[in-house]
Amino acid sequence: MVDAPHPPVALPTERSCPFNPPDGYTPLRERDRITRISYPGGSPGWLITRHAEAKALLTHKSFSARQEGIVSPVATELQYDRPADPGAFAKTDDPVHSHYRKMVTGFFTVRRTRDLAPMIERIVHEQLDDLEKAGPGADLVEIFTDSVPARVMCEMIGVPEAERKSLQRHVETLGRLSCTVPEALAAVSGMSGFLARFIPARMDDPRDDILGDLIRGGQLDEQELMGMAATLITGAFDTTGNMLAMGVYTLLEHPDQLAKLQEDPELMGGAVEELLRFLTISHLGASRWALEDVEFAGRTIKKGEVVTVALPAVNRDPERYADPDRLDIARKDHGHLALGHGVHQCLGQHLARTILSVGYEALFDRFPGLRLAVPADEVPMRDDFVHYGPRALPVTWDD
Amino acid sequence: MRITADREACCAAGQCALIAPDLFDQSDEDGTVVLLDARPEAVRLDTLRDVVSRCPTGAIRLEDDPGA
Repeated sequence: MVDAPHPPVALPTERSCPFNPPDGYTPLRERDRITRISYPGGSPGWLITRHAEAKALLTHKSFSARQEGIVSPVATELQYDRPADPGAFAKTDDPVHSHYRKMVTGFFTVRRTRDLAPMIERIVHEQLDDLEKAGPGADLVEIFTDSVPARVMCEMIGVPEAERKSLQRHVETLGRLSCTVPEALAAVSGMSGFLARFIPARMDDPRDDILGDLIRGGQLDEQELMGMAATLITGAFDTTGNMLAMGVYTLLEHPDQLAKLQEDPELMGGAVEELLRFLTISHLGASRWALEDVEFAGRTIKKGEVVTVALPAVNRDPERYADPDRLDIARKDHGHLALGHGVHQCLGQHLARTILSVGYEALFDRFPGLRLAVPADEVPMRDDFVHYGPRALPVTWDD
Repeated sequence: MRITADREACCAAGQCALIAPDLFDQSDEDGTVVLLDARPEAVRLDTLRDVVSRCPTGAIRLEDDPGA
């Protein structure tokens, strides 16, 4: 006998605690390997909340990441019904995706990104100097966590510091789910307006950075270089920024874990992995669409239907992790999906790891008595953004 | 026990070089896997299983080594 199918539900997005995934995922994960959900506008789609099915879906050749077929699982005006711009490889499939990606992967290896530690340390300490001057009492997001990853990427591709804040605003706008079409168009034209000035200038005068290397490689035209630069900027800014901020907020609210980390700096590598798993700031997870009718997890996914992989829920799957809802920076099991899985797994993941390690260590080293300046439940959250994190993190310290 | 690494399948995510830097490196050119030791000692089996499971494209495989 087959159980009567459950009626489709909407994607859970409400969180009762900022450190945990939306509460509604848990019963869905307990119930099914894959769940029918209703997408805005009523189109049928699917949700994955289990680890094993997430890995299988994200490596399945019958599912596409191409932008034109992706439908957001929550209501938003940010919908793209045309293919990604040339060079913007994140929302494409192989072989187009790997053609572009492999031109930059050499810059983001474990070794190359660790070699960037001195540059990252300089930027981190400059921002901490600004924090010190602004307080005691300041917004850590504005001065530190949003600024550091943006400055690092700007330096890696040679974007002048004077352009950084406006680029940060455009990236923030395009990650806000409540963004309207006119707001999105303004942000896109602000970003592409900058790139339309910047890229030709650098093509005439290539520098010693990632962009200069791509230009000298001679394989990309102006449009492709613009798409590549936009991908690097949007991939680097608010992702690591939110993770940096969420990590600080989480450690401040888990003082036993913070004390352990401050006592033993050797724990930092594992702490970063555990924070990535525990927090998984990809608020809506990863989406793919079926290129053909396909049998998956015991169901038939129809051609064109979209599957959302709820990465925050997947990383709390009790089938995969012992005591998944406990933050344990000494945990040895680091096989999380916070950075995705399959060919699209985060290009800048080792850069992010270096920024997070250097950032957490320097912050708690220079401000050992750092604490929230507001009650923990009054920290305003980016709960209507593609990436989750605090909108502001008011902190203070002893002078 | 023998490791094989498929550079065509590799997407240069660098999980292997992160987990076991004495066994795996990444090419400077495109970040794809470089195998440093194809026949590690059996004591590394758990680490290698972790590498295989976390490789995002299944580019790294572990095989029985009949010659060993």
